[in-house]
Amino acid sequence: MIWNEEFETLPREALEALQLKRLKSLVERVYAAVPYYRKKMEGAGVTPSDIRELRDLRRLPFTTKEDLRLNYPFGLFAVPFEQVVRIHASSGTTGKPTVVGYTKKDIESWAELMARTLSCGGAHRGDVVHNAYGYGLFTGGLGAHYGAERLGAAVIPISGGNSKRQIMIMQDFGSTVLMCTPSYALNLADVMKDMNVDPKTLKLRVGLFGAEPWSEKIREEIEKRLNINAIDIFGLSEVMGPGVASECIEEKHGLHVFEDFFIPEIINPETGEPLPPGERGELVFTTLTKEAFPVIRYRTKDLSKLIAEPCRCGRTFYRMERITGRTDDMLIIRGVNVFPSQIEHVLMSIEGVEPHYQIIVNREGALDIMEVQVEVSEEIFSDEVKVLERLARRIEREIKDLLGISCKIKLVEPKTIQRSEGKAKRVIDNRKL
Amino acid sequence: MKVEQISIFLENKSGRLADVAEVLAKAGINIRALSLADTTDFGILRLIVNDTEKAKQVLKDNGFTVGKTEVIAVEVPDRPGGLGHILTVMKEQGINVEYMYAFVQRSGGNAVIIFRFDEIEKAIAALQKSGVVILKGEEVYAL
Repeated sequence: MIWNEEFETLPREALEALQLKRLKSLVERVYAAVPYYRKKMEGAGVTPSDIRELRDLRRLPFTTKEDLRLNYPFGLFAVPFEQVVRIHASSGTTGKPTVVGYTKKDIESWAELMARTLSCGGAHRGDVVHNAYGYGLFTGGLGAHYGAERLGAAVIPISGGNSKRQIMIMQDFGSTVLMCTPSYALNLADVMKDMNVDPKTLKLRVGLFGAEPWSEKIREEIEKRLNINAIDIFGLSEVMGPGVASECIEEKHGLHVFEDFFIPEIINPETGEPLPPGERGELVFTTLTKEAFPVIRYRTKDLSKLIAEPCRCGRTFYRMERITGRTDDMLIIRGVNVFPSQIEHVLMSIEGVEPHYQIIVNREGALDIMEVQVEVSEEIFSDEVKVLERLARRIEREIKDLLGISCKIKLVEPKTIQRSEGKAKRVIDNRKL
Repeated sequence: MKVEQISIFLENKSGRLADVAEVLAKAGINIRALSLADTTDFGILRLIVNDTEKAKQVLKDNGFTVGKTEVIAVEVPDRPGGLGHILTVMKEQGINVEYMYAFVQRSGGNAVIIFRFDEIEKAIAALQKSGVVILKGEEVYAL
């Protein structure tokens, strides 16, 4: 079902007219209210009056995480502080967190966007939404929560962690829609198995998973093990939080970007040059309606491409291909670009291999050594050494075929790789570069 | 004619073997025979115990990866040439020994050898034909 038929099925022409109108007003607003943005625009020789058509967007300078850091905590807010009703922050794995704010209207828009997202996944009034995204400074929990309420579903604000209790509540409360990170969904599947809970006895029907990149293979795995439809959703706190884009259950291919609220662009990450639909590059967003924390051409570092072909669900919004990696989680090993998603792809194509893995990079002398740790499940275990060694060699060969570099597969005992309660940590890079 | 053997995946790190022994001891399980195959990174511990199902369950409950395989236990006179005879029979039949391990019984003069063959049925037939004593599962579990 389409939550907002009027906007989600706008003909492209009307949509672009709306985008232009909103873009002009955004640029004027930001230019007037945020000295930092004004200075950057002046530096690039652009003023709000230069924005006459949508293509003029590319004349505006990019915004990066570094810009946000320099203005920590509230320097890029575009409204008087008393209009801010909510503050979120992204985890500061490197340095200070990124702080974002919302006005009352922003919170309303966000709820609308998440209601659309839930509808994309086929959720509706009467559903029991099991919201295992973390509540707190992270946008996932509260973002999903408000959307589910707007939809008219019953929300269980369970947050992350304590998997056994989560499963008990799923059983007792009849959860029908699961929201969490894909790695946590797999963790729940593991715990269900340990508890001898058959997912077929649960009422779960669909899961909306986001906040970390995952693959088609992981989707198959989640769908099989939890007996649900798994939908990929996308968002980031700098742009809004969850609710920026979502797959539709009809196609499960590409995530519709809610283009009446955001303009997506794909750029060449090295040159900054915008790329046409169909070409892969770095995803960039401009927020069209946000009041408290608007961003102009924010570089996400996520890699994707835009799909312009119409979708049979009826939404006219362009789709973005599921995130296949990040410009910054790319590892450079012996001069070769390696994305964890490529390793994952190899592992998941081998029968019986568990989706739990970790990539460890060390430098020995001048040489980078990549080790991939893979857990030995009952399915791949054998009493014969040669069978296990053959398996390890096969994975090594397939990785070498794909990436052109050799690595070492280390078979480890089950559950030795740390399970995710939120975002999975796939890479440990011990190189001191 | 077949004996159930459990195998356990172990990473090469100190204390893992002790962990297995402790889990089995707590469950009151007796080990009848064992062998450890090791590589640089991991080992495979193979055990014959007095209660296979229980051992498998308690090890699984404690997070180990456990497998179950069928092997053959043969009784060999504890004197020179005992093993040679069996291996000659296998060679003539073209049956591969994947691995084997032996133990000597406390009482009596016989050794027991555990064999893992690639073709177990064929091996049983060949051994029986050549007069080798194959022990029943229950006999081994109760040794």
